[in-house]
Amino acid sequence: MSERLSVRKTYKLFIGGAFPRSESGRTVIVNDAKGRFLANAARASRKDVRDAVVAARKAQAGWAARTGYNRGQILYRVAEMLEGRRGQFVEELRGSGLGKAAATAEVDGAIDRWVWYAGWADKIAQVTGSANAVSGPFFNFSTPEPTGVVGVIAPDSPLLGLVSVLAPVVVTGNTAVVVAAESAPLPAITLAEVLATSDVPGGVINLLTGHRAELAPWLASHQDVNAIDLTGAPGDLAADCERAAADNLKRVRRPVADDWAADPGTARMTAFLETKTVWHPVGI
Amino acid sequence: MPDLSTFADAAAAPAELRGLLRGLPPVDQVGAEERAARLATRSIKKSAKAYAIDLAISMVDLTTLEGADTPGKVRALCAKAAHPDPADASVPKVAAVCVYSDLVGEAVRALDGTGIGVASVATAFPSGRAPLDAKLADTRRAIDDGASEIDMVIDRGAFLAGDHQKVFDEIVAVKAECGDVHLKVILETGELVTYDNVRRASWLAMLAGADFIKTSTGKVSPAATLPVTLVMLEAVRDFRAATGRQVGVKPAGGIRTTKDAIKYLVLVNETAGPDWLTPEWFRLGASSLLNDLLMQRRKLTTGVYGGPDYFTMD
Repeated sequence: MSERLSVRKTYKLFIGGAFPRSESGRTVIVNDAKGRFLANAARASRKDVRDAVVAARKAQAGWAARTGYNRGQILYRVAEMLEGRRGQFVEELRGSGLGKAAATAEVDGAIDRWVWYAGWADKIAQVTGSANAVSGPFFNFSTPEPTGVVGVIAPDSPLLGLVSVLAPVVVTGNTAVVVAAESAPLPAITLAEVLATSDVPGGVINLLTGHRAELAPWLASHQDVNAIDLTGAPGDLAADCERAAADNLKRVRRPVADDWAADPGTARMTAFLETKTVWHPVGI
Repeated sequence: MPDLSTFADAAAAPAELRGLLRGLPPVDQVGAEERAARLATRSIKKSAKAYAIDLAISMVDLTTLEGADTPGKVRALCAKAAHPDPADASVPKVAAVCVYSDLVGEAVRALDGTGIGVASVATAFPSGRAPLDAKLADTRRAIDDGASEIDMVIDRGAFLAGDHQKVFDEIVAVKAECGDVHLKVILETGELVTYDNVRRASWLAMLAGADFIKTSTGKVSPAATLPVTLVMLEAVRDFRAATGRQVGVKPAGGIRTTKDAIKYLVLVNETAGPDWLTPEWFRLGASSLLNDLLMQRRKLTTGVYGGPDYFTMD
């Protein structure tokens, strides 16, 4: 029997539930930690950012209108699919230079993190919302609502870091346009394959690979993006993006030193929530 | 190109009209579709794009044709027609506002002094299924109320049954009612099935006196497509060569993005020629297209992507 030809995977972008190549037709070469060729990944352009924002905007109202319980179910389904691909993720992380034990720990951590956030879908309103005492014949409620379309500049931690910034954005009903880690983009696209097969509506999560410095400013200046998470943006780029984001008063989450293994708390979810307070007359 | 020398007076000679329409060369379907697709790949950038966007805005027939149209909605649409982007005075105004005939008076009052035309659909739009005197009364009412353009629909049933003479006579009668008012004839190409029928209907409408031929009502899918518009643009080009009279073209329905609009402009320039590249001879029937044109225009002037939050809803 002759030797099999290797079947290599084409890593593309993830926009609106589909896997298009970059509009620009460009690719970047991704090497492993020892400098050996791993794959060609798509190098997204500003027009891919534009298309991703359009897809995210289109999906946002429907995603936010689902019940928290349903969003939780869908995100838990993502965790199930992640679990099924554990081996593949471990291999890919080893390609980026991690040892077997470290890679396994990172994949397990990412799956557990995803499940943890999925659980918050129908609980965050109880924690951040309130029934307010007012001096009048009214019920007065404050409830959290999603901000809208959130741009995410993902950190260099290729899987655990990505999951830790992405899950808290979408669990509350936002939709996301994510610029994946520049150094190791492949696990992000494999995560996209997981998302595409786990009932997440197209457009809720959009993943772009390419150069941060090229893509982040377009996301920051885009008038139809409501918030931006600059976690993965290095100093100068973060400052530029924050300046551009001010133009339409985007919510900005500045980069801080994160320990991805630590208990994340609710801060990343509440950063992209707005509070709506409603007065209901009583007794009429 | 058909020989028009024998075509002295179609109304008096039904057989000649039929012969002339049957004698039109058939459309090469694959060729027309490939030509339209090829022209749609043209890349229009920078200053050419800015020019195309402004030209497209000035060609828009801003349209609202819903059962739920109110006088207030028509007034809002008219305000938008006069000042598409209130924050930027350099944006040109649109060509016309297109409404149902009972709302013409409202639109005429709202557009007084702006120089924007009021187009009214008439003749039992969109189906065209009504007796001729009802169609004429519909037309007369719109003209009395001040419409400067009439968009009539042809009787597709009669056309498909082969009764070209009936379609011809109706257009002639409506044109007589219109007088100097511009008459646009809607062919409803989505119901004509073949490109050959589109070519025949185009010639029929032009021979009967149409000032414009329009693809569709917007109520039938498919509405305007590039190949259909290509066939109609060829017809107006050939008609001018044969008779010396220039007729305009208006694709309508399904044109939603700036990219679509620019494709149509390329098609006009390459098929009929630059003579048609003015609002006087080419129009785009649309409603949501205008917001996308404005959004792209602002992207060119400010350098950042805009969002629908910053433009009026309609």
